[in-house]
Amino acid sequence: MSRGLHPRVSLQVDGQRVEVPAGANVAAAVALVTPWFRRSTEGARRGPLCGMGVCFECRVQIDELSHQRACMIAARDGMRVRTDE
Amino acid sequence: MSERYDVLVCGAGPAGLAAAQAAAGCGATVGLIDAQRTAGGQIWRRDLGRDDARAARIITATLKTPRVSFMPESQVLAADRAEVLLEQPQGAKRIGFGKLVIATGARELLLPFPGWTLPGVTGAGGLQALVKQAWPIAGKRVVVAGSGPLLLAAAVSLRCHGADVLGIHEQASARRVLGLAAQLAAWPARAIQALALRAALAGVAYRCGEFIVAAHGEQRLRAVEIHTGHGLRRIDCDYLAIGFGLVPNVELAQLLGCRLETNGRHARIAIDRAQRTSLENVYAAGEVCGIGGCAAARIEGRIAGLAAAGSPDRGSAPQSRRRHARRFAELLEACFRLDERVRSLATPETVICRCEDVPMAAIEPFGDARAAKLATRCGMGACQGRICGAALAELGRFSSAQVRPPLLPARLSSLSEPFAIKNP
Repeated sequence: MSRGLHPRVSLQVDGQRVEVPAGANVAAAVALVTPWFRRSTEGARRGPLCGMGVCFECRVQIDELSHQRACMIAARDGMRVRTDE
Repeated sequence: MSERYDVLVCGAGPAGLAAAQAAAGCGATVGLIDAQRTAGGQIWRRDLGRDDARAARIITATLKTPRVSFMPESQVLAADRAEVLLEQPQGAKRIGFGKLVIATGARELLLPFPGWTLPGVTGAGGLQALVKQAWPIAGKRVVVAGSGPLLLAAAVSLRCHGADVLGIHEQASARRVLGLAAQLAAWPARAIQALALRAALAGVAYRCGEFIVAAHGEQRLRAVEIHTGHGLRRIDCDYLAIGFGLVPNVELAQLLGCRLETNGRHARIAIDRAQRTSLENVYAAGEVCGIGGCAAARIEGRIAGLAAAGSPDRGSAPQSRRRHARRFAELLEACFRLDERVRSLATPETVICRCEDVPMAAIEPFGDARAAKLATRCGMGACQGRICGAALAELGRFSSAQVRPPLLPARLSSLSEPFAIKNP
């Protein structure tokens, strides 16, 4: 996909600054930093499965609010996202 | 009650959009809600890197229709015959309705196999949805596997976004897939679609009669093992995009008490000619009435919207177009029905409930979903059994448990909204 077509937004994932096109979801921003979104109840690493809000495997903390589905939420300027790492 | 619509449509995919437009055209006020950020459903999900002009035109035209109010990022937590409780980013609210149209679509059927919880293993439609929203896939090696036409559509999207699609492994036999191709002449639009998909995948191997056996890797996917005609084959890859078909999202209908019927192993909403459910003021259209594809969904959405607005179309043309579209779906279903071996990939150690980390062995002693849930927490986690419930039904173990409000994990403040959260 061509960069530059869309304005870009800048956010932080686990303290690291990333840029994604406007309209991207938080999952895309997290994927630039780590494949690991959450830890399961037994501590196993997990990442997105369904991509459409059903499975809850992509849960992250966004601006202090935990258990947010990264696939459902638009990436926005200044967001602070934390994975379970 | 602050907000009320003559017709409330749940789900803004092809069926819901058609229902909203038809109902509003008859003069009804229409509320159209969807859990996603934009309308279109999964099939018309907006791709940041590519335009689908036709889908965009239909979506824009519907949302601009006078009397249609679109509410994105809105999820139904609870419902009764007169109102729904919605959770939105800004808070919860109640919305009243005269008639309800359930157009909640379908989700991907995902089946357990060793390694399926590794990051990098995603649904086929799931990875397609992610890349449309800028998931970094360029240069990544992707194996596509499972069953059904969605594998081809997903592979095309992945390739357009720069993925290195290593191959598509379809569990149905070549004989059945060729048999389907031979019948496409009766559905010219589908034939053209199939040819376009194939052309876009030039150079990508499409192997029939092959299925996933296991995914390997320590903390993330590194390789997959595929059953082929000549033994097991190991393929190094970054992603496995896998799907075994679609399952209707019947939870809202179930909560309301609409009569469901089963088609094989999964429930769908039972409807009459006017898309009426067993409840007098509740209609349903599209995949939630049984997997029928986009064309059937649009026809049914229109029938439901007109009926809900009090102007049912009594002509026979929509009914015959609907039957024709549904017949194609039946052909697909017969062609891509699952090989019994695909249903027995999980080992006793394989996690079945991903939310609560419950292995297959733990649910072995139980004969129904409720007993398994009470004893092992299987199906009790955040997804509320949407993934493991459908998988266990497909595996022939037991059908999904009853649904109870809230339908999804909710904020405490949403539940304090005055609404009778009660069991149906």
